[in-house]
Amino acid sequence: MQSEIQTLARFTMRKPFFTTIPVILTLFFVTAIGFPIYAQHEADHHDTTHIQAGLDSAGAPHAAETEKFSANEVIIEHVLDDHQWHFAEHLVLPLPIIVYSAERGLAVFSSSHFYDDHHHEIEYNGYKLEGRNIVLTATGEKVLDLSITKNVAMLFLTAVVLLYVLFTVARSYKRNPKKAPKGLQSFIEPVILFVRDEIVKPNLGHHTDKYLPYILTLFFFILFGNLLGLLPGSANLTGNIAITLSLAVLTFLITNFSGNAAYWKHIFWTPGVPLLLRIIILPVEIIGLFTKPFALTIRLFVAITAGHIVLLSLICMTFIFHSYIVGIGASVMVLFISLIEILVAAIQAYVFALFTSLYIGMATAEDEHH
Amino acid sequence: MDFLLPANGLLFWQVVIFLALVLVLAKFAWKPILSSLKEREESIQNALDQAEKAKQEMASLKSDNEKLLKEAREERDKILRTARTAANQIHEEAQVAAKKTADKMIEDAKAVINTEKQAALRDVRAQVASFSLEIAEKLIKKNLANDKSQKELTETLINDLKLN
Repeated sequence: MQSEIQTLARFTMRKPFFTTIPVILTLFFVTAIGFPIYAQHEADHHDTTHIQAGLDSAGAPHAAETEKFSANEVIIEHVLDDHQWHFAEHLVLPLPIIVYSAERGLAVFSSSHFYDDHHHEIEYNGYKLEGRNIVLTATGEKVLDLSITKNVAMLFLTAVVLLYVLFTVARSYKRNPKKAPKGLQSFIEPVILFVRDEIVKPNLGHHTDKYLPYILTLFFFILFGNLLGLLPGSANLTGNIAITLSLAVLTFLITNFSGNAAYWKHIFWTPGVPLLLRIIILPVEIIGLFTKPFALTIRLFVAITAGHIVLLSLICMTFIFHSYIVGIGASVMVLFISLIEILVAAIQAYVFALFTSLYIGMATAEDEHH
Repeated sequence: MDFLLPANGLLFWQVVIFLALVLVLAKFAWKPILSSLKEREESIQNALDQAEKAKQEMASLKSDNEKLLKEAREERDKILRTARTAANQIHEEAQVAAKKTADKMIEDAKAVINTEKQAALRDVRAQVASFSLEIAEKLIKKNLANDKSQKELTETLINDLKLN
């Protein structure tokens, strides 16, 4: 019996998680390389004029272009969402635009229509880009923009990776039940166990089974989003406030819809507090309801965006200083900051899942007052 | 400050995709994963419990065995002791009985010897008396064969009477 347990332990330790990283990386790069090829095809139609234009400007010195380099623009462009996926110079993936307006109804077209061959913004079919918004040319009114933007594409990609990884894991559980985990399974299993035993169970107790799927999805979505966002060329998904806000609002809704009588009583009629203090405490408690999702939104958004800004700033320094020394120094710094970012990616996923289970735990806890 | 304003489109897609993820994963990933994890944990726990139980059983069996062995040893000692006492007793009894028999035999022998002796003595006395009578007859016959001897006897007898 003892030896059986030892084998089990050895099996769990073997097959390090490195085996799964190539899987994720390959998947990402295949898609990343696959897209530009498609993009190239799109661009081919206009290539002749493009080359013409290139020849026209060939006389202009290259230095003039580098002088125009603006770190601010590069960083902001990366951090923000976009209607096309810009990998590198001339390596742009056009994305579908989906817009709805009361006047014109629903329209779907490629974002490449918004740019001419010189990458200048032009209007198309009565729509034009104004900053990052799409407006009607006629009235200048904003339309409802449900486009597959860079972040939405990244969202799809993250969802696909997440589904692929977790379905693979689920299949290996079905295939060899009651056996020691193998391969990808042995990488994901400790994470699932960590979320279940360290994050959810201490806060939710016997409600664990009910909320575990949501919190696990939340954790893995943020973790994968953070990690995939660190890959070169990818979008800053989890560092977008729309993403963090929707996650926080979902947590807020789940928390308050599962809140029991004790939870609401605690907010509106805090027990054991003098009447006069209650007048002060009530607004504080109500504000407290909303500061929780607000803190969740801001924490993840800031942690990831700040990390990306730091990394890009370091990279941009090389181009600002035009120096190999700075380049080498910046690369070393980028390496270390990237390692820290991997840590931050995991920590932020942990923190978001932890606070979510904490809030839900507080809302569902049986009547016990401190 | 552009990045502080959430975009409608992204909000929409995020909510849709994330809710779909939660539902799909809950049904097709988390459910099988969590249930088989639980199953495996339970089976490992069972195996451990059973091992512990078997160990305890072994221990109790061992102590039982020892107890039995000890009892057996005590039993053996007791039997040996009683056997020894019994043997001793029988031995002593036998000795006593033998002695008693021997004593009795000696007693009997003594009695027989005594009787025999008395009988022999009686016999000897009778013989001696008869012999004496015969000797006395012969002596008297010889001594009183002449007068002088008769006279002397008479005188002696008279002297004896005188003395009385």
